[in-house]
Amino acid sequence: MNLTIFLLALFDGIAYAALVFSVAVGLTLIFGVMRILNVAHGSLYAVGAYLTATLTGYALALGFAPLLAFPLMIASAVLVGVLVGGPIEWLLLRRIYNKPEVLQLLVTFAVFMILEDVQRLVWGTQPYFQAAALQALGMVRVFGVNYTVYQLILLPLLALTLLVGLRFFLRHTILGKLILATTEDREAAQSIGINADKVFLVTFIVGAALAGLGGALASPTTSILPGMGADMIVLSFAVVATAGLGQIEGAAFTALLIGLGRSFAVYVWPETAVLVPYLIMLIVLLVRPEGLFGSPTARKI
Amino acid sequence: MRKFLLTTAAILAAPFAALAAEKPAELRVGITTFLTGPASVFGVPARDAAEIIVEKLNAEGGIGGVPVRLSFIDEGAGAEALTTEFRRQVEAGAHAMMGAISSGNCQTLAPLAEDLKVLNLMWDCGTQQIFEQNDYKYVFRTQANATPEMLATVLYLLKVKPDFKTIAVVNQDYAWGRDSWQIFSAALKALKPDVQVVGEFFPKFGAADFSTEISRLQAMQPDVILSTSWGGDLDTFIQQAAQRGLMNSSTFVIPLAESSLERLGSTLPAGHIIGARGDHYFLHPERRDDADFQAFMTAFREKTGAHAIYPVFHMSQALAALKAAYDKAIAAKGGEWPEKDDVVAAFEGLTFQGLGREVTIREDNQGIEAQLLGMSVQTGDYPFATLENIMIFDGAALTTPVGQESVAWVSQLTPEYVESVKIDAYEK
Repeated sequence: MNLTIFLLALFDGIAYAALVFSVAVGLTLIFGVMRILNVAHGSLYAVGAYLTATLTGYALALGFAPLLAFPLMIASAVLVGVLVGGPIEWLLLRRIYNKPEVLQLLVTFAVFMILEDVQRLVWGTQPYFQAAALQALGMVRVFGVNYTVYQLILLPLLALTLLVGLRFFLRHTILGKLILATTEDREAAQSIGINADKVFLVTFIVGAALAGLGGALASPTTSILPGMGADMIVLSFAVVATAGLGQIEGAAFTALLIGLGRSFAVYVWPETAVLVPYLIMLIVLLVRPEGLFGSPTARKI
Repeated sequence: MRKFLLTTAAILAAPFAALAAEKPAELRVGITTFLTGPASVFGVPARDAAEIIVEKLNAEGGIGGVPVRLSFIDEGAGAEALTTEFRRQVEAGAHAMMGAISSGNCQTLAPLAEDLKVLNLMWDCGTQQIFEQNDYKYVFRTQANATPEMLATVLYLLKVKPDFKTIAVVNQDYAWGRDSWQIFSAALKALKPDVQVVGEFFPKFGAADFSTEISRLQAMQPDVILSTSWGGDLDTFIQQAAQRGLMNSSTFVIPLAESSLERLGSTLPAGHIIGARGDHYFLHPERRDDADFQAFMTAFREKTGAHAIYPVFHMSQALAALKAAYDKAIAAKGGEWPEKDDVVAAFEGLTFQGLGREVTIREDNQGIEAQLLGMSVQTGDYPFATLENIMIFDGAALTTPVGQESVAWVSQLTPEYVESVKIDAYEK
């Protein structure tokens, strides 16, 4: 393997990791705060993608510039967070925080199944493709290989911004500190007057919006079709579990690890590309069952 | 002994055979198709086509005066639900079944249909193995299989781009992706031994991202890139490859892309080799001026808002075969309604025509179907790529001879074979 190939694999890995991270980070945030593994995250991702494609399609049909696709991505993410995420927390999850984990998992899985069918009802089964945003940014040529600016530069930058922004939000804003406090000890937080219900609702909306944003960012690069959510939730879960549930920086590191592992596999031994993310997860969890960055939890009783 | 038993059975059955079966109030046909899942890109248009065709057929008096009633089974529900529903419909008195799209489902349903002694037309599945590994009495295939499809693709490639040196493949990682590459590469090796395979990629079925494969392919710069992928996978791969300029440096050979043309719109550049799993194209050069063809295409567009793709043609062939077999059996009985076995017998050597050229059923129950390939071109007549430099290959020379195994047969072909296949060429 020469240096060129090495660098190419590196670029591909980073671009892929950026996308995976933007989805996984919402999943791990929700788990970190609410201790709920939200399987419906995959659907929120898909809805975000569908919504972006549809809105961009409308905007283009009305004659707006392709660059409008970027604000529409944010808009779709917010819509997913507020209109889909909000009701899920408020109507369903709120009732099951004290129930066994299996039940929580089943409920979010049920939501996932329902949303999968909702997508079919609304958008049908034919694949959508809406690449205006990606085309608007053009390409760069590196070592004789064309990359899209969108995937090679914008996505990694956005992922980095997301990571830094989320860190800042949690450590340096009031709301972020409230979230952290509630995460640490919900009862203690409530006893000093923090409205834990509200914190949970906000967290879930933010987490859901991040899933929607992941879908929105992915939408110009891929066909949007039924089943895309299922694939993403499995991969994000691999990332989140390898990092340690609830670890945001860890998710970034693991997404990079898995992204690079996958892209080097395609260059060196393509047959194993599918296997690599899960192989990494398996090895990490065998050595550190709590994940790379997770700490063993002390049982309260 | 076997012959003795058969003869005895025949003698015992003789008095009954002369009696006509009672004419049913309706001819019930069960069709398995994908209504959910990724393959619904094929299954849903095929169902719509079946409904259009049967509506017209019934308006014209049905089959032998009996109206046809269709019921659909979703292949997307899984093999178990599929076999249960298939069995249920047969036991409830379905006169004929049509299954399936998925090769795996065909492998499951063919022996089941044989057990249930019900006529089953494999109307879309591609696996060449079914009749090469087993003999069936009740199961027929009303179209070609993977072997002629891949062989025609190799021939077209050799005709239009005889000097290429290197090829890479990007197929879906499941039975079709692997099997089609096995046949294609065996044929290529036999017909053009100096070609070098520089890369083999089998991304997972339903993969959403081919960026890494595309980077690697750009670094390799193969002359030709083959992909037998379909549906969302193919759309994604073509979109990503086109975005990154890979389609300017390599010629793509995409044997199932006819079914993606309309969805890909202006993305698919000119100069890539497009196949259609048979002579299936909504602008079929030999059929597009025919009134029945035009009437169907108009009706299909009105109903679905889209142009017809190959599963629609496959569906038309299976329904045409059913009608032709019944008509033939009725004629053989002097106008009386035929028994089940009379209809099955009528399939021997049966010739019928759907929306493409005529198809003939061979003695091993395999259909002989022509293959159409062309080169993509953006003319501006449609908001998507159409075909030019079309070649229609005669099916008989492409189909593995009865009793032989496809990969072995394809492997022993010689470069002279290329010139021996009958081809009709059309500019567009």
